Amino acid sequence: MAVKIILALAYLVVVFWLGYKGWRETREASDYMLAGRKMNPFVMAMSYGATFISTSAIIGFGGAAALFGFPLLWLTFLNIFVGIFIAMVFFGKRTRRMGVSLDAHTFPELLGRRYQSRFVQGFAGLVIFLFIPVYAAAVLIGISRMLEVGLGIDYTTALLLFTAILAVYVITGGLKAVMYTDAFQGSLMFVMMVILVVFTYAKLGGITEAHQALTDLAPHMPAKLKAGGLMGWTQGARFGTPLWLVIYTTIVYGVGIGVLAQPQLAVRFMTVKSDRELNRGVLFGGIFIIAMTGVAFVVGALSNVIFFRQTGKVAIAAAGGNMDKIIPTYVTDIMPDWFGILFLLAMFAAAMSTLSSQYHVGGTSLGRDLYEKGLDASGGNTVTITRVGVAVTILVTLIWGLVLPGSVIARATAFFFGLCAAAFLPMYLLGLYWKGMTRAGAIASLVGGFCTSFFYLLFVHTKESAAIGLCKAIFGVDSLAMNAAKGSWVWLLQYTDPNIIALPVSFILAVVVSLFTPKLEEAHIQRCWRHL
Amino acid sequence: MLGIASTELAWAYILSILAAIFCVIYGAVKWNDAGPYTEELQALDEWAPEQKD
Repeated sequence: MAVKIILALAYLVVVFWLGYKGWRETREASDYMLAGRKMNPFVMAMSYGATFISTSAIIGFGGAAALFGFPLLWLTFLNIFVGIFIAMVFFGKRTRRMGVSLDAHTFPELLGRRYQSRFVQGFAGLVIFLFIPVYAAAVLIGISRMLEVGLGIDYTTALLLFTAILAVYVITGGLKAVMYTDAFQGSLMFVMMVILVVFTYAKLGGITEAHQALTDLAPHMPAKLKAGGLMGWTQGARFGTPLWLVIYTTIVYGVGIGVLAQPQLAVRFMTVKSDRELNRGVLFGGIFIIAMTGVAFVVGALSNVIFFRQTGKVAIAAAGGNMDKIIPTYVTDIMPDWFGILFLLAMFAAAMSTLSSQYHVGGTSLGRDLYEKGLDASGGNTVTITRVGVAVTILVTLIWGLVLPGSVIARATAFFFGLCAAAFLPMYLLGLYWKGMTRAGAIASLVGGFCTSFFYLLFVHTKESAAIGLCKAIFGVDSLAMNAAKGSWVWLLQYTDPNIIALPVSFILAVVVSLFTPKLEEAHIQRCWRHL
Repeated sequence: MLGIASTELAWAYILSILAAIFCVIYGAVKWNDAGPYTEELQALDEWAPEQKD
């Protein structure tokens, strides 16, 4: 225990030193909100990656890979190709250039100025401020539970302690402090994940041998998973079955595409001074992401073989039926003791890097986008207003963390990803590439996409609607789709990601409304496009 | 392929690695490509548009 506490303190010393460095270098609004637009490419890429990958991506999705197997590797492919390459090259470069042209300081401000609309900026800021604390609370609860187990700290104390540590450097140091600490935390995560995959493959005798052993384990796949459509960990799922829909629409498509419209990630494109940093960021980001989700999914799936050889049980049974305990159990029971301590620190790092960015983007959305611009409350000091916004976001997240049960909170990531993709992606993508996109088209897409996704999450997609309970309270069922004929396409909607419906609706609204409404002034379009 | 029963999933494994390698090659080839917009232009940029609604 003494070693764990010493290492945790050493880690915190480095984090606070980087936070202090960020605070010292922060003088004006662009420093606080955009890290002065001069961030180092390594720091930008690691910060992007570390924000992208939270504890739940490693622990939660690693556990999911132990259940569903290698189909999750399609998400790794999308994480790298879409989440890094497409995001940085096709979204990032134009976002940065248009951001400078329009002097935008936040993601909602970029959208608001692109469409010359305070409503767009205010509404986008409101959506982010309302929902990102719930998403952040999921990460906060997860890491506080790990602190409770790993260091023996009381859960509520851990929650308060973790919040206090993050509050100090996010409120004072702004985005510079967030990105410096993210880069350090990302580096720690990278080293631990590389060790994890090398150890696992070595223990199973090599890459092909390990995969073959997992293939041979298929007859021992739990009956419930077989009934849901899975044939084996390397055999995949039968097309159109409930588990196929969960894996490919919710996990692979929902998360893989949803990443493009995440405000806390998109804002990072505006923190660098030229395309050079984004090009270099592609290199760092590609390596980082395969070491994160690639390793988590491969090791998660292969843990079945190792658990089976040591205990006679597959991973989910060895972890007592709790998917979220599979990776922690693997690290504790299979990996060497010294690794367990460092892995715990890496998970702290994963949680802190994601949380700090969530707090920062929630704060800028409340202070800058909703209060200062959306409500037109000018006159105050922008940095001070944004700091108050960050403090309020942290407080709201803490309250969510204290009052909501883990079962509801766990759905927050899917909720936030779904809402952001449907609300922001069409107007963001078309705003960067289509001069004919109008203000009315943007508002229709924003509001229409948000409402469609929100309705689907509350009344159709069972995972969320059952947890929230509104559908049951009004209609007496967990999902409006569950009473349809079993196996019909309506019945299958309850397993289908909201963005299979909401995202196309949002795109159609954006295009159709834009075709029939007045264009933005040519002079404004030229300003938007002058550096593209 | 590679001990993975499904060809489709073997491709998911291979494409993930190839995508990472592609990112490395792209980043290395474009290492010094700053694009058409540089710091000098940024210094001239002080204009901020009005928002009308």
